[in-house]
Amino acid sequence: MTTFDTIQDDAIASRHGQRAGGRFSLPHFVRRLPVGLALSWLVLAIAFLWAVAPWLFTSYNPLEGVGGEQLRRPDASHLLGTDALGRDLYARIVYGAVHSLTGAFVAVALGLVVGTTIGVIAGSVRRRVDDAIMRLVDVLLSIPPLMLSLSIIILLGFGTVNAAVAVGVTSVARFARLSRSEVVRVRRSDYVEAAFGSGGTFAAVLWRHVLPNSLTSVLAIAALQFGSAVLQISTLGFLGYGAPPPTPEWGLLIAEGRNYISTAWWLTTAPGVIVVLVVLAANRVSQSFGKVAA
Amino acid sequence: MSGSNVPHPPVLEVENLSIGYHDGVAHRRVVHDVSFRIDPGEVVALVGESGSGKTTTAQSIIGLLHANGRIDGGSIRLNGTDIARWSDRQLDAVRGAKISLVPQDPASSLNPVKTIGAQVGEILRIHGVASGRDLEAQVISLLGRVGLSEPALRARQYPHELSGGMRQRVLIAIAVALKPQLIIADEPTSALDVTVQKRILDLIDELRTEFGTSVLLVTHDLGVAADRADRLVVLQDGRVQEAGATKVVLAAPRSAYTRQLLADAPSFSAVARKAPATAREKPQASGDDVIIVDGLVQDFVRTDGNGKSFRAVDDLSFRVRRGTTHAIVGESGSGKTTTIRAIVGFQKPTAGRIEIDGTDLSTLRGETLRQFRRKIQLVYQNPYGSLDPRQTVFDIVAEPLLNFAKLARPAREEKVRAILRRVGLPETALDRRPHALSGGQRQRVAIARALVLDPDVVVLDEAVSALDVTVQARILDLLDELQRDLGLTYLFVSHDLAVVRQISDTVSVLKDGRLVDGGTVEDVFERPGSDYTRELINAIPGQKRAALV
Repeated sequence: MTTFDTIQDDAIASRHGQRAGGRFSLPHFVRRLPVGLALSWLVLAIAFLWAVAPWLFTSYNPLEGVGGEQLRRPDASHLLGTDALGRDLYARIVYGAVHSLTGAFVAVALGLVVGTTIGVIAGSVRRRVDDAIMRLVDVLLSIPPLMLSLSIIILLGFGTVNAAVAVGVTSVARFARLSRSEVVRVRRSDYVEAAFGSGGTFAAVLWRHVLPNSLTSVLAIAALQFGSAVLQISTLGFLGYGAPPPTPEWGLLIAEGRNYISTAWWLTTAPGVIVVLVVLAANRVSQSFGKVAA
Repeated sequence: MSGSNVPHPPVLEVENLSIGYHDGVAHRRVVHDVSFRIDPGEVVALVGESGSGKTTTAQSIIGLLHANGRIDGGSIRLNGTDIARWSDRQLDAVRGAKISLVPQDPASSLNPVKTIGAQVGEILRIHGVASGRDLEAQVISLLGRVGLSEPALRARQYPHELSGGMRQRVLIAIAVALKPQLIIADEPTSALDVTVQKRILDLIDELRTEFGTSVLLVTHDLGVAADRADRLVVLQDGRVQEAGATKVVLAAPRSAYTRQLLADAPSFSAVARKAPATAREKPQASGDDVIIVDGLVQDFVRTDGNGKSFRAVDDLSFRVRRGTTHAIVGESGSGKTTTIRAIVGFQKPTAGRIEIDGTDLSTLRGETLRQFRRKIQLVYQNPYGSLDPRQTVFDIVAEPLLNFAKLARPAREEKVRAILRRVGLPETALDRRPHALSGGQRQRVAIARALVLDPDVVVLDEAVSALDVTVQARILDLLDELQRDLGLTYLFVSHDLAVVRQISDTVSVLKDGRLVDGGTVEDVFERPGSDYTRELINAIPGQKRAALV
C-alpha cells in the first residue's frame, strides 16, 4: 500500500509539493548527515585544496632539501619529519596531491567518457553490434588491470599524464558494462516507448530520456573509481612508471621511503596513510551516491 | 475455547486501534481508533482505497508491521487475550497456528529457489505437527485440498512453473495448513484474472465452511466485498467510516464516503450508467471506419532455442467507427497487448492488414512511421512507469510538440497550458515532477501528453486499472467528456468487464489470441455468443448486490 490515489490524496499531494522545499533545509540536512560521510567529504575537500593551493598549507619547499636536517623525526617544526635529503615530508605530501589527484581525475574522466559512450552505443544499437562491442569489453575485463596499465605505459612512455591514461583505459570496460546495463534497463521502460510513440527521433529520445536516467549509477561508480585510480596511480608511481623523481607524487614518496623503513618509518607510513584515507573517503562518498540513486 | 458464558465469544476483537509510522522526520498516524470484531466463522471485509490504512490494520493484527510502524494505542484481542504488544517470539506461537495470512502478490510471496512442497511443509515442520513421510503425505493432501491438479507433481515443482492462480492456491494451502481460527486475506485476488479470482474466492469460502475459520478480507474492490463478506468495515484515511452487515451497508449506506464508493464502483453502477451511454448514440456518425484490423497474426520466436514460434494473436479482425469506443477484453495472455502494440506501430505483424484512418501500416517505415504517430497515441497502464521521473509535467506534455510542430515557445506554452486545463490539472502542477503527483494526476498528465498532438485515435491500455475506484470514475468521466468534445476514437483495452460495459460501444473478446465474441456492448453482454464470454460476465464481482437492488 504505497500508492496514494484517493481524491483526498490529490489534495494532500498538492500541499506536499509546496512543503517539499522546506523539508530539505540546510540545518536539517546537516543534522541528518552521517558523521562518517561528513568526514569523508572533509578529507576529499582538504585533498582538493592541497592540489589547488598547496602554498596555503606549508611554507617549506617540497623540492629543495635543507642541509643538516636529514631524516628528522616528526616534531613541531617538521610535522611529519624530513626525508634523506632534508626535505619536509608534509610539504612533499601537500605538493604531491596535485599530481596524484589530477592523475586520478584524468583517469576517471577518460574512463567515464569513453566507457559511457561505448556502453550507451552498445545498449541502444542492434543486437549484433552490441554483441561485438561487449565481447571486446569482456576481453578488456579479462586482462589484469595492473598488467594492462603497465603495457600501455611501456608503449606511451613514462610520465604523470601517461600513467593517468594507462589507469583510465583499465576502467573503460567497467564503465561500458555498467552504462550499457543501465541503458538497456531504461530503454525497456514505458516512458521511453511513450517518447518514441509521441514521435521522438532516436537521437532525441536518447538525449532526453535514456542518458539522464541512466547516468546516476554511472556517476556513483565514477566516485568509486576515483578512489581506486588514486591507488593505481600510486602503484605505478611506486613501481617507478609514473612521475619521475624528484616530483613529490604519493606513490613515489612511499617508494623513496622504502629504504629507510627501519630507521625512518614515517617516510612510508605518512603518505601511505594519506592514500588510504583518500581512497576510503572516495568509497564512502560513492556509496552515498548509490543510496540516493536507489 | 475458554469457559466463558458468552454464547459466541469473538475470535478477534480490535478496539480503538491507532497505528503510526515514523518517516524519519516525524511520527505520522495512519490508523485512528479503529474498532471491529470478527465472530467465529464470519467473513469481515475491510474496504478502502489506497492509503486508507486497511493493510496497516491487517498487518498489525498478525504483528507484521514494517519496522518503522508502531501501535500507538488500543488493543487487539485474540480469543480475549490482548496480543497488541506481544513480542515476535510470543507471536510465533500464534502466527500460522491461530492466525494466518494470505498475502497480496502470489508472484513475489513464494521463495523462488525452494519447491512448493518444501514451502508448504515448512509451516508444518516449524510448528512441529509432522515430519518425514507423514509431512510429505500431509503436504500432498493439502495441495489436493486447495484444488491443485496432480498435487504430488506440484510439490516437486518450483514457483515459476506455476501460474498466478496456482501460486495463490499454494499460499492458501499454507494459510489453512494448521486450520487456524482466523485467516487474514490481504487483497488475495487483486493480481489475478477475473475468472481465476472467482475460483480462488470460492475456494476460500469453501474452506471456511469446512473448517469454520473466520476470514478478514482486505480489499479495495467493493464488488468482491459485497459478494463474500457478512459484514463490512469501510475505512477512509485510517478512520472507520461505516461498519455493519453487508446487506444493510449496501442497501442504505449512512456515510457520504460509502455512497461515493458505491456510486463510483463500476460493477455496481453499470446498470445506472448504461442509460446515458446508449442515449449518446454517436450523432457524429460519419460512418467511416477509422481502425480496420483484418486477419492480424502475430508470431513470436521462442528464445529458449528450439526455434518454434508462439502465436500470440491468431487471425483477428475488427473495425472501429470514428468517434466510438471499442474495447478489447481478455485475460492475461489473451493477446490484448500484442494487438494494440501492432496497431500503434511498435511491432510488425506477421500477417494481416492494419489500416488507421486510411493509412496501411505495413507501408510505413522510418520517417513516414514517425509522422504516422501523430494520428494514434497510446496511454499506458501504469502512470508510475510511463512518465520520465526527471522531467517536469510541462516538459512531458510539451515533448510531442517538439517532435513535430515547430511552434514558437509562447505558442507551445499556451497549447500545453490549455491541454492541462482540459484534463483538469491545476496550473501549479506545471513545474512538478511525476513523483509529487498522485496516481490519478499522473494518469491525467499521460492523457494530456497523448492529446497534445490532436490525434484521431487514442489507445488506452488498461489505463484505469491501476487506479482507485473514485479516481477511476473521475478519469472515465474525463475520457467521456473529451470524446464528446473532440470526436476522439478510443481503443480501450481492459480485463475489467464492468468498466468496459460502462464506456464502450463495441467489444472484441479475446481468448488465447483468437476472437471469441464481438459486436456491440448490448449484444455481447446480453446475448454472449460463447461460453467463455459467459464465464467472464459471471465472474464480475458485485452481482449479489446487483441482484439485490
